[in-house]
Amino acid sequence: MGKHNFGYFVHEGLSNMFSHGFMSFAAIGITVACLLIMGTFSLVAVNANALLADLEQENEILAFIEEDCTDQQIKALEKTLGAVPNVTSVTFISREEAMEKFLEDYPDEEYFKDLDPEILRDRFSLKIDDLELISQTVEQVRNTQGIGGINAYEDVAGGFITVRNVASVVCIALIAILFIVSLFIISNTIRLTTFDRREEIAIMRMVGATNGFIRWPFVYEGFLLGLLGSTIAFFLQWMLYEAVSKGVSTNDALQLIDVVPFQQLWKPVALTFGCAGILIGVGGSLSAIRKYLQV
Amino acid sequence: MVESESAVIELKDVEMTYENGTKAVRGISLRIRPGEFVFLVGPSGSGKSTIIKLLTGEVEPSVGRVRVNGFSTRNISERQIPLMRRTLGVIFQDFRLIDKKTVYDNLAFVMRAVGASARESRQRIPYVLELVGLEDKAHSYPNELSGGEQQRVAIARALVNNPDTIIADEPTGNLDPERSLELMDLLVKINELGTTMVVVTHEKDLVDRFGKRVITIDSGRVINDSVGRYVGGHIHG
Repeated sequence: MGKHNFGYFVHEGLSNMFSHGFMSFAAIGITVACLLIMGTFSLVAVNANALLADLEQENEILAFIEEDCTDQQIKALEKTLGAVPNVTSVTFISREEAMEKFLEDYPDEEYFKDLDPEILRDRFSLKIDDLELISQTVEQVRNTQGIGGINAYEDVAGGFITVRNVASVVCIALIAILFIVSLFIISNTIRLTTFDRREEIAIMRMVGATNGFIRWPFVYEGFLLGLLGSTIAFFLQWMLYEAVSKGVSTNDALQLIDVVPFQQLWKPVALTFGCAGILIGVGGSLSAIRKYLQV
Repeated sequence: MVESESAVIELKDVEMTYENGTKAVRGISLRIRPGEFVFLVGPSGSGKSTIIKLLTGEVEPSVGRVRVNGFSTRNISERQIPLMRRTLGVIFQDFRLIDKKTVYDNLAFVMRAVGASARESRQRIPYVLELVGLEDKAHSYPNELSGGEQQRVAIARALVNNPDTIIADEPTGNLDPERSLELMDLLVKINELGTTMVVVTHEKDLVDRFGKRVITIDSGRVINDSVGRYVGGHIHG
């Protein structure tokens, strides 16, 4: 690209955009809509993942210690369990502490108060890192010498994982479909511009303009359409996210959900929107101009 | 790229068959030397348009060799096609001017397309417009001009990048006899300045009047190649 051509390409790209104002408006509108839908689904997925990560943190396995274990054996057992892969923490809970916790959970049940802690067993509370590996971890803990039983909510963990996986697949499928739709619409918009200028393109080719020279103004047009669309989509997404966050935090039924603050997300969102918008714009324009550059 | 000695255009045993099976050119050989003025004549469907397409690199010969200003158009690379076309100026019957650009911008646009700066355009365009007699029309739009003036703009556009050869495809087809004669005089004047000129036409009177080399094509073959008057059957548009 010659140094004096850059200004020309940008000027041509801009003037193309304004001379087809309605189509440019439509292309930007569609890009904004597609990015907003993609962004919203992605942000829902991000929040679902964050929620699941919290649940993973809270998910505990109770490993009951056999009655005949001595204090020394219990200490050794704690170390052994701590070394099991996927176990992040091991906390010893005595039968008395377990009883206290039990009674705390049922403060109004008077007849539990006389229960002897001896009916319960000493136990370890284990926290795990990856819910998907819970079955293997439970199996290893169960096979450890000195462990008499296990209480783990494997089905619940499986349910969480299924929800997350389905959400991810739906999200990726939607993003892919919307990306292709945006690409198609931008491509058609620029195709109209190129159709309108086919005579100019034919003359440029006839006098010996290179394909690059013919292509660049359209690429800039696509770039500008994509960039404008992604910028508008970013700010709308921000407003939408803040409104939904506010709604969730003030809703009594949804108070347990911690929405990830947008301040933590704006950089990846801006980067993704920018890249996706530019990719859609430039990709669309390259696809539109291709057929005019073949002879 | 090999320079063919003393010929700017050379067709050697060229055959051209389109994908639909139409055989448009059947074994044509001809040579045009630098600075020559050549009329290419023949009836409709004789293969004249295909010869122009072969010269501008729009189609490749099925058989044989085509050389234009030192470029062989057979198996020419995509990068070389624009370079080859920069050595040619093409004039069309329907002018093909861009209506929304002024005369000046129509010319500046094709200079820009081959990498000229705005400064170079400012230097070159007034000279070319003066050559075709349109120096006072630089800021007019094509639809404000007569047919003859529009064709002069098209000639200026073909000239502006200083090509070695100009190919004019029925340049007088849309003009009355008086304007046609003026235009042909202009092409002769440009030729006298050193540009090789290939003019495709079906206007027998014009061909006879100028006494230049005349190549007659019929059914994809050269049936006559002589200097002077048109020789052969009646030419149909």
